[in-house]
Amino acid sequence: MNDMALRNSFDARAARARCLRFRRRILDISQQVGALHIGSAYSCTEIVDCIYYGLMRRFPTAKSPDTFVMSKGHGCMIQYVILEEMGVLSRRDLDLYCKAEGRLGCHPDYGNPGIEASTGSLGHGLSISVGMALAERGRKTGGVIYTVLSDGEVQEGSTWEAVMMASSLGCANLVAFVDNNDFQSLGRTSETHPSFYPLKEKFEAFGWETAEVDGHDAAAVFHAVTGRRGDKPFMLVGKTTKGKGISYMENVPIWHYRSPSKPEYEQAVIELERAAP
Amino acid sequence: MRNTFAEALYKAATANPDIYIVVADISPAGSMAKFSTQYPERFINVGVAEQSMIGICAGLALKGCQPFAYTIATFTLYRPFEMVRDDLCYQNLPVTVVGMGAGVIYSTLGGTHHTQEDIAIAGALPNMQIIAPCDPAECTEATLHCAAQKQGPVYLRIGKAGEPNYTDRAVDPWVFGKLRYIKRGRDVCILSYGVIMKTAMQLAQKFEASGKSVSVVSCHTLKPLDVAGIREALASHAHVVVIEEHAPQGGLAPRTKQIAWESQARCRLDTFTLQDAFIHNYGSHDDLLAAHGLGLGAISAGVGLT
Repeated sequence: MNDMALRNSFDARAARARCLRFRRRILDISQQVGALHIGSAYSCTEIVDCIYYGLMRRFPTAKSPDTFVMSKGHGCMIQYVILEEMGVLSRRDLDLYCKAEGRLGCHPDYGNPGIEASTGSLGHGLSISVGMALAERGRKTGGVIYTVLSDGEVQEGSTWEAVMMASSLGCANLVAFVDNNDFQSLGRTSETHPSFYPLKEKFEAFGWETAEVDGHDAAAVFHAVTGRRGDKPFMLVGKTTKGKGISYMENVPIWHYRSPSKPEYEQAVIELERAAP
Repeated sequence: MRNTFAEALYKAATANPDIYIVVADISPAGSMAKFSTQYPERFINVGVAEQSMIGICAGLALKGCQPFAYTIATFTLYRPFEMVRDDLCYQNLPVTVVGMGAGVIYSTLGGTHHTQEDIAIAGALPNMQIIAPCDPAECTEATLHCAAQKQGPVYLRIGKAGEPNYTDRAVDPWVFGKLRYIKRGRDVCILSYGVIMKTAMQLAQKFEASGKSVSVVSCHTLKPLDVAGIREALASHAHVVVIEEHAPQGGLAPRTKQIAWESQARCRLDTFTLQDAFIHNYGSHDDLLAAHGLGLGAISAGVGLT
């Protein structure tokens, strides 16, 4: 498939339907466990969907030449449900999430199907991605590394080491995303750390090509990435809402981690069903 | 030792296009220039950014490459510790973390540049292997081993420059995970590793001058430690001496005592280590070792030699 065909191949309606389905599946799993970082997964649902269904090249028989790294490891529920839908993880894997008999935990664990790096501690994924990008370049595979960062982890000094190195080394095959929901555990980042912003300009100053779009508009994410010049590492700052899709979760920090009660679950189901096209 | 490391790595990289070196603004002198000129795409200088150095190595290894991280030992292990733990050990990747100038070699640079606890710290990490060659010849063997192994991460503790060779006529070959007898005697056995082997060799001469038959052993692989070999050394000598340039906790000395206890060894066992202290002395390497109680005189007195 050539670039133009790829660019035209992203179906925004289908993406919306998928993302509703993924949110519902995560909601259902939330009823099996006490906690699962639901707000963090909902925040980057459209971005991760776009990476898997729009950006990464997929071939029927071979492994994708591209790589996805969930640097914000705590958001991995969205990765798990997508891998389930793709048949990489099984329904049983998801049913046994965080259970003694299962193999999936609250953070991605290298060695599990579809998981390319162990993350969970913040500020690791971007340097790992730079190393992967160098390896792909060295072998001339054409492989692209897609990495999703949380805005909180952009506060880690190690992230900025990687930001400097990616552009200094000319890693044009690295595409990163910041899930910029403006929330971290102790509050709204724009209030607790106002100098964190502006964000996009900081990456630009380090020599990255950048774009800023609505991170819940999968088509906008897709077109921003596929329309990049591609001669530098690319950073997409996605403006997102923590807990997106469920009214009582949106921008409420407690939903970073906790699972809904039964009545809360039932309300969330109604909201997701109403949102269906 | 750092020059022979660079030579060995260049040789390995010539044969294997998957070998990378990621340095943090420190480059082994001599032939590393050859590496960076010949293979510029595989010589990566992250600058003063050690966390990224380890992360980049992890990413390379996740894609099947065989990377080495290289800088002064404190900055290769302590500064990016969590990256070493999570990125390399947790994922069990074949990355060699080279700690150059370990121990108190950087004597005049002060405690910020001393690496007194590295064996204990690296040894506590699951999956981590530890190699500490005693001379340039062993450094070559260890480097070539690291360039070829796929077992998992290695902490390679090396010296700086100008060390002589002690193993040219060693009894045993260098084998990963095995004690190496440099010389084999009957009465006294000196166990050591790293550049302080110099003191071990001098002590052996003093023992020999007093009429003893002496074994000197390079315990170059600290993890996995050759427990059977240590047990055999304890059983076959009346007097065993451990000399290590490392804190009293978590190194060869306490491990040897543990093995001695578990195997009900009957030999005399003396151990000499760095003190559990930061010593603000800015003399030579030998001066600093002496301040820690690791001078030849203090050790000789400790083992009953005058």
